[in-house]
Amino acid sequence: MRHSLFSIVRNAIGGNRGWPAQWREAAPKPEYDIVIVGAGGHGLATAYYLAREHGISNIAVLEKGWLGGGNTGRNTTIIRSNYLWEESQKLYEHALKLWETLSQELNYNVMYSPRGVMMLAHTVHDVQSAQRHIHANRLGGIDNEWITPEQAKAFCPLLNIEANIRYPILGAALQRRGGVARHDAVAWGYARGASALGVDIIQNCEVTGIDRAPSGEVTGVQTTRGAIRARRIGVVAAGHTSVLMAMAGVRMPLESYPLQALVSEPVKPIMSCVVMSNTVHAYMSQSDKGELVIGAGTDAYTSYSQTGALHISAHTLDAICELFPAVRRMRMLRNWGGIVDVTPDRSPIIGKTPVPGLYVNCGWGTGGFKATPGSGHVFAHTLATGAPHKFNAPFTLDRFRSGRLIDEAAAAAVAH
Amino acid sequence: MTQPFRTEAGGQIDRSRPVRFSFDGRAYVGYAGDTLASALLANGVHLMGRSYKYHRPRGVLSAGAEEPNALVNVARDAARSAPNLRATQVELYEGLTATSQNRFPSLGFDLGAINDVCAPLLGAGFYYKTFMAPRGAWFKLYEPIIRHAAGLGRAPVAPDPDRYANRYAHCDLLIAGGGPAGVQAALEAAPSGQRIIIADDNPGFDSATLAGFANVTCLPRTTVFGYFPHNFLGLAERLTDHLADPGDRARERLWQVRAKQVSLATGAIERPLVFAGNDRPGIMLAGAARTYLDRYGVLVGKRVVVFTACDTAYAAAVALHRAGSQVVAILDLRDSPGGPEVAAVREAGIAVYPASSIVGTQGRLRVRSVTTGAGLRIACDAVLMSGGWTPSVHLYSQARGKLVYDEERQFFRPAGPLPGLRCVGACNGDLPESGGFLGVVPGQRGGPAFVDFQNDVKASDIQGAVAEGFRSIEHVKRYTTTGMATDQGKTSNMNALAIAAQQLGQPLPSVGLTTFRMPYTPVTLGLFAGAARGELFDPVRQAPLHDWAQAAGAVFEDVGLWKRARAFPRGGEDLHAAVARECRTVREAAGLFDASTLGKVEVVGPDAAEFLNRLYTNSWSKLAVGRCRYGLMLTEAGFVMDDGVVARLTVDRFHVTTTTTGAPRVLAQMEDYLQTEFPELKVWLTSTTEQWAVIAVQGPRARAILAPHVSDIDLAMPHMSVREGRVAGVPARLFRVSFTGELGFEVNVPAGQAQRVWDVLWAEAVKHGACAYGTEAMHVLRAEKGYIIVGQDTDGTVTPDDLGLGWAIGRSKPDFVGKRSLLREDLIKADRPQFVGLLTVDPVRVPEEGAQIVPVAAPAVGSHALGHVTSAYSSATLNRSIALGLVEGGRGRMGEVVHLTTASGTIPAVIAEPVFYDREGGRLDG
Repeated sequence: MRHSLFSIVRNAIGGNRGWPAQWREAAPKPEYDIVIVGAGGHGLATAYYLAREHGISNIAVLEKGWLGGGNTGRNTTIIRSNYLWEESQKLYEHALKLWETLSQELNYNVMYSPRGVMMLAHTVHDVQSAQRHIHANRLGGIDNEWITPEQAKAFCPLLNIEANIRYPILGAALQRRGGVARHDAVAWGYARGASALGVDIIQNCEVTGIDRAPSGEVTGVQTTRGAIRARRIGVVAAGHTSVLMAMAGVRMPLESYPLQALVSEPVKPIMSCVVMSNTVHAYMSQSDKGELVIGAGTDAYTSYSQTGALHISAHTLDAICELFPAVRRMRMLRNWGGIVDVTPDRSPIIGKTPVPGLYVNCGWGTGGFKATPGSGHVFAHTLATGAPHKFNAPFTLDRFRSGRLIDEAAAAAVAH
Repeated sequence: MTQPFRTEAGGQIDRSRPVRFSFDGRAYVGYAGDTLASALLANGVHLMGRSYKYHRPRGVLSAGAEEPNALVNVARDAARSAPNLRATQVELYEGLTATSQNRFPSLGFDLGAINDVCAPLLGAGFYYKTFMAPRGAWFKLYEPIIRHAAGLGRAPVAPDPDRYANRYAHCDLLIAGGGPAGVQAALEAAPSGQRIIIADDNPGFDSATLAGFANVTCLPRTTVFGYFPHNFLGLAERLTDHLADPGDRARERLWQVRAKQVSLATGAIERPLVFAGNDRPGIMLAGAARTYLDRYGVLVGKRVVVFTACDTAYAAAVALHRAGSQVVAILDLRDSPGGPEVAAVREAGIAVYPASSIVGTQGRLRVRSVTTGAGLRIACDAVLMSGGWTPSVHLYSQARGKLVYDEERQFFRPAGPLPGLRCVGACNGDLPESGGFLGVVPGQRGGPAFVDFQNDVKASDIQGAVAEGFRSIEHVKRYTTTGMATDQGKTSNMNALAIAAQQLGQPLPSVGLTTFRMPYTPVTLGLFAGAARGELFDPVRQAPLHDWAQAAGAVFEDVGLWKRARAFPRGGEDLHAAVARECRTVREAAGLFDASTLGKVEVVGPDAAEFLNRLYTNSWSKLAVGRCRYGLMLTEAGFVMDDGVVARLTVDRFHVTTTTTGAPRVLAQMEDYLQTEFPELKVWLTSTTEQWAVIAVQGPRARAILAPHVSDIDLAMPHMSVREGRVAGVPARLFRVSFTGELGFEVNVPAGQAQRVWDVLWAEAVKHGACAYGTEAMHVLRAEKGYIIVGQDTDGTVTPDDLGLGWAIGRSKPDFVGKRSLLREDLIKADRPQFVGLLTVDPVRVPEEGAQIVPVAAPAVGSHALGHVTSAYSSATLNRSIALGLVEGGRGRMGEVVHLTTASGTIPAVIAEPVFYDREGGRLDG
């Protein structure tokens, strides 16, 4: 059923009993053209674009738990494309452009809201870094502008721009097209779209092994719901990618860390944009529901536990209370963690692996949500054609051998 | 003023102390010991809030932390205003000012209630299905309306002036919950002398019996909100919110407790029944009604209907009956309720209707009557309901305890104790068999039956979500928002689960539970920040000569945690003029510079040289005692991580310097390798950053300035050497090094003596026309010489060879960190970005740092950049701008014209050698 105001009215008259299931409850078939492991946003988007743009719908998306239950539903939903390196800019901008029409594309309101993402500069070094990004973005055709502390305050009145604070705000880089979206809706919208195009989404189906022919290429997967044959397998399993890839004998340059986030109790609107600060380690926005959505840092130690340490979120709240002193009296409602898979250069790996037929899309670290549509789109291209899309061509696994890194963290972080 | 619903006697309130307060501007009187909810009930006020979505009138449902409905704002003033407080936990004080939320214009008449009329259009997830056209309208039109309608209370508008305290504690036994089970656990353990902490979120708990034990710390008004690995728990203690005059005391205290053993005595929470119209003001949990009577001497109604599937509601009925309420009927879902409570009710003459239910209620702002399944309409002013009890397993679950489903009693209970953790009492499921009911009450004939009261999730929403394919309970939760309100589903989760299970046709336990997440109840953000605000947010590190610099009029910049003097403007100079003067003075005479913030690590031991061989690219074995060498440290990936001068003081002792902000990172890298990769090396590492103050004396007059104050060191010492002796009578390590290109010394003296030495040298410097200079002049001076700053001219992607520092690599060494990576194909390709100088064609124009370097004057959008400008300054010495940058294949492009991006267009520049001044290095010798 097509979603629209009309369908809402019609169903309301029918007591809302007429809504069909948003996706089919599929049982695994013995064989598919392509098996995607991981029904998060990236995996579901991959399936959707495979079916929609490449005409391949004999696909299974296998999910250990429930779809969208990993980092897709655990992040702080920030979307932006003002990355430094040309490779990243192109990939994230590709995603941003897809975000702009995604609700219409999926006929599912993913609530993409370009409310502006502001990245604060507190030191001379921050200013230099921000200016470098702005120059690079301008050349790349990506909106990113420098604003003064007063302009930042006008854009986000909650901000403390007093000059005598510990880390005064010297200015900010603002991407107006950046913003947020509703994370669950992204997973559900892609699931609904993919399912309608014939994709089987199989939940509660954990992959326990990857089968390979004597000549090395993949032949299928073993799962808790039986064996499934496929000659092409795409692993899109975020924090657990390295575990899955090990089943095919591939050692991934990934480390998995807990990353925390939290929300406050809902209040009436007090903040319309997203504010991020690398120097004081905090970012915050306000959801449509009214909750302040606050991101914390990763734990210092690797772990598969979806909870983080108290002092990590506490440190984030130090910074939040300092940047936004009026929220100090508000209260934390819910705190949670996700497992992020981090590569040595903090950029993703999207493409082939040494094992024929085995493809991987991982390493999105702490910032994969924003890339969801673009990531799925280029990975679908890669799976369908056996060759990377031009936007993911640089994001190879091989770059860690060749040294052709795309190091966003290095470029953004270290001070002199 | 009268309190019409207050009993004659009884309760734990202090009837001798009336307390005046206001709610929505109306004045009321309660008693000391009341909560806002109990005082309002005593005054006959049930209507305390509006629901989140449909703005339905709501009264109090519970008497505790699980309250979903009665959320209010309490404000002492504009800054000390707190939204979303549960009226059931707000303690009354004289003059308390509370207001209701999420309503306009008033609680009684709320225009938002239009949503209730439109409810069929606003079912679960409706917003995912509409507001999509035209494109862009979501952000511009629909979302602002929705945002405005959403939210509950209002955030404070001014910075919170209150303080928050923090305490760390260890104990042998932490008990969460001060009810009978908790106190019993404390009493059992107390005689052994163990250190015990017992916490309860109520203002008073039965701690009198524990008062005699010095080893027991009782914490009332304290919520154990989080359970972290290894028995680490977070407790929030409310200290002043209940006081009329909080004075200057801390408002709350965060306890971070490491407990050897934890006993959870968190009790159980009563469940509502899900039937049509179950949310009207006056309808509440039976246990809550009993609490209002027993604890506060308040009758929640005069004419009461009880609707239950659980025996405990009978006791409540009897209690209210004895206290003067008329209990008109007890409707019991069960066919043949029995047990002592039932007998007591019958004795009291209260009518009991087995196998009966409520299928509808009437009344706008207060329940007026109920309709029974048998079609009877019963007038009443309160309904007590009970669907049984759910153990509060939140903390146990946070501790990763496994829950098992008790089929008979229809609740999840802890599977058993964990190491260092046990559950006691009701929390452990040790509840008397008293019945209960989960799911939708049978026989409903329409009308909204609420599951999650605050978020307005109806039974039909959950059924609809399941029908739409949301089969996981986590999906149901996220799609319907059930259990996601400020009460986190304390009263709703089990019913939601049961309804979903029924709709799925699966047994309840197989549907599973949603995750219990920290915190148990909402915790103030400021509590976590504690004292870490303002100056204490992050420690400020001040160099030993900070005060002198401040007195000398320095402007400072933040560099890591340090405050560094950026320049010393004189007499109205702006930064630019000050820097130009400082640079000229250093080149022409000399300058003094506080370089104390540079990181310093003392590397000592028989294997010290070997250790440095492995950590730095350079060779150290042949460095003579008394000599220095410029060292480069790489990451494993082969990129420059840090640099600094390393001096060999003795065969087994090195004085290593690092960049200012790199110091902790370098020491961590050293320790990491020493402890994990090279444990066989005999090396000891000590950070000496704060032990040594460093006074750089740079410029042609440097030696002359030092000479009168150094007697035991021959100042003819060569460039890149170190001597130990005395400077101005103070023991010193004197380096001959230069980051300016001029003759230079760096005087290392104990930090405590820094001011004394500086004063002596400064007095001497003044005679020579020297100045004090700051970091900005330092940056310019080094840029004129093409010296890099790690972190500015490098960004973690730059190799030594990119920087023209290939000479610093000890190629004959068998290994060093990063060596293997340097051989990777991408790190040796010809077109790598290389460090070059850039001279703008217009010598006045200073490029912007971070500008992109492109081959053409008008680059197309999306065109490839050859590199970027890393540093750019106006050089007073050279009377023109200079810039440094990284350009692909830059060393092969000398003299080539490139274009540097600006905010509007580009400016041309010529690629040049990155050394602009004294290329031969003659000035190093003065």
